Amino acid sequence: MTGELLDIRGLHVVYRTLESDVYAINGLDLSVSEGETLGLVGETGAGKTTTALSILKLLPDRVGFITKGEITLDGVELTKVSEADMQMIRGNTVSMIFQDPMSSLNPVIPVGKQVEEVLTLHRRELSKREIDEQVDSIFGMVGLPPSRKHEYPHQFSGGMKQRIVIAIALSCQPKLLLADEPTTALDVTIQAQVLDMMRDLKEKLRTSMILITHDLGVVAELCDRVAIMYAGEIIEMGSIDDLYGTGDKHPYTEGLFGSLPSLTGDERRLHPIDGLMPDPTSLPQGCKFYERCPKRTGHCEAEAPALNVSGTHSVRCRLFAG
Amino acid sequence: MTESILETRGLKKYFQTHGGALHAVDGVNVSIGTGRTLGVVGESGCGKSTLGRVIMRILEPTGGEVLYKGQDIMKLGQRDMKSYRAKMQMIFQDPYSSLNPRMSVSDIIADPIRVLGRITDRRKIESRVFELMDTVGLARRYVNSYPHELDGGRRQRVGIARALSLDPEFIVCDEPVSALDVSIQAQILNLMMDLQEENHLTYMFITHDLSVVRHISTEIMVMYLGQCVERAPARELFEKPTHPYTELLLDAIPIPSADSRYKKRRLARGEVTNLIDPEPGCRFAGRCPYGDDSCAAEDPILTELYQGHFVACVKRGVS
Repeated sequence: MTGELLDIRGLHVVYRTLESDVYAINGLDLSVSEGETLGLVGETGAGKTTTALSILKLLPDRVGFITKGEITLDGVELTKVSEADMQMIRGNTVSMIFQDPMSSLNPVIPVGKQVEEVLTLHRRELSKREIDEQVDSIFGMVGLPPSRKHEYPHQFSGGMKQRIVIAIALSCQPKLLLADEPTTALDVTIQAQVLDMMRDLKEKLRTSMILITHDLGVVAELCDRVAIMYAGEIIEMGSIDDLYGTGDKHPYTEGLFGSLPSLTGDERRLHPIDGLMPDPTSLPQGCKFYERCPKRTGHCEAEAPALNVSGTHSVRCRLFAG
Repeated sequence: MTESILETRGLKKYFQTHGGALHAVDGVNVSIGTGRTLGVVGESGCGKSTLGRVIMRILEPTGGEVLYKGQDIMKLGQRDMKSYRAKMQMIFQDPYSSLNPRMSVSDIIADPIRVLGRITDRRKIESRVFELMDTVGLARRYVNSYPHELDGGRRQRVGIARALSLDPEFIVCDEPVSALDVSIQAQILNLMMDLQEENHLTYMFITHDLSVVRHISTEIMVMYLGQCVERAPARELFEKPTHPYTELLLDAIPIPSADSRYKKRRLARGEVTNLIDPEPGCRFAGRCPYGDDSCAAEDPILTELYQGHFVACVKRGVS
């Protein structure tokens, strides 16, 4: 074991609104070791982005609260860190690539300056010239001509903007990179270019990564391990072979795969999961997937299932007990 | 060969911009057989949505013809066009912005019926709305809800119910499932295929999602910068992609399988080029792995290489 870089234990996150409390994360355990890429998969509202925002402590002020649990990053317990110290961690030890490259860049600042900003904040020892050189080398690393660093975001295409966002995130060589749907807004040929680049960079820099996505294809290409989220819990976790192989899977995971139209098969009908995710303001007592599960039994409604571990594969479902 | 319900001939739509004419759709010939689905794929900016809108006459074309059962609908006046609108409907991409937020579900679904004055009796309209809601699998209790109270999947069902309200024959579906989660997407795709079978609908299905298009289409047309570069039966296109752009496009799809990590793919060079007053010659030549001087010399012509399989590429055209 190389030691865990990130270790989340029993995390609970609640969004308090005027009308109700939204239980976004409900007892999440997650760990990422050094150099590893974990795919975090789930549908809208499963709590993927909330998990990332909790690690960065960027939950919306006075609305989102970590009510229970610990997040340990590189030996530091983040839930106890002050905001001032957190600012030194953000962008330095951990950084994030946001989903929409069009809206995560500042439109009135040249892109080179936006990369530079991270370096001036976290690498105070560097001189102006050294920073300039760093910016140029980062631009080269993500496949952008350094000559374009004086241009503004609107002068770049979507794929190029995402490369700039990646450049900002990687500028301080963080130990952990949180990538929230980094290629969802891109066209498929551009997505292929960006994924290819991310795979190269990941190997070169040995950065650990949590890749948040709903695309099971992207996960298969880039990740070492996969975690499937549902209603604020991880319901299944394992290696790529555990989840993409022919072995038994959580009924929800089966449903996700059944929803994907095949590129080779002849099946005319898809096999989606009926219904919707439970309302996060009033979650069911027992298994959160109970209402939609085709394999449910009487026990599932009353009692929340435990996590059943076998080797690298763990499943939160009664069917896998014993 | 079934008779074609819709045909376009040399359809063109140019947008005037400060920099010159933007050739969004540039000489596209389409023909869709009754009861079939033509999938239109391409990346953003390739003109697929514009093509759908020009066919629906939401946008007026710059040139060319759209024949609906042999009738050139571009020549019709406002009043005659109205009766054709009933037969041709559209489902839009974004169920968040294509429904009027100030209208209730029943008003949205009944709107086309009211506009055309098909049914005037309020009770009959109401029962028609319920009937449509049942058809698309939307619980009747939502009849007085407003769009913001519904999730994406239900909203898209409202959009489909509205499109079906006048018993159309032909529906242009512009990315109807792109904004939805995969499990909801699968529910909607199943629904659309059931509806097609029950009502003998013809679809033109516009999407950028290649696995979806293969699943739902009988025939697929690949567009690049306003032009059709390849057209073939769905299975054949995936088994025997012939245009270099189609090859790269199919190669770029991330496959949900355990072997994907080891896949080394060919990448398209660069990005989509400018569409304003394009140079003659193949528009993909600059990014094409096989591109050379002969490609820039002349416009490639869409030629039938095999039975029903058309390709526009000088390298692949004549053997």
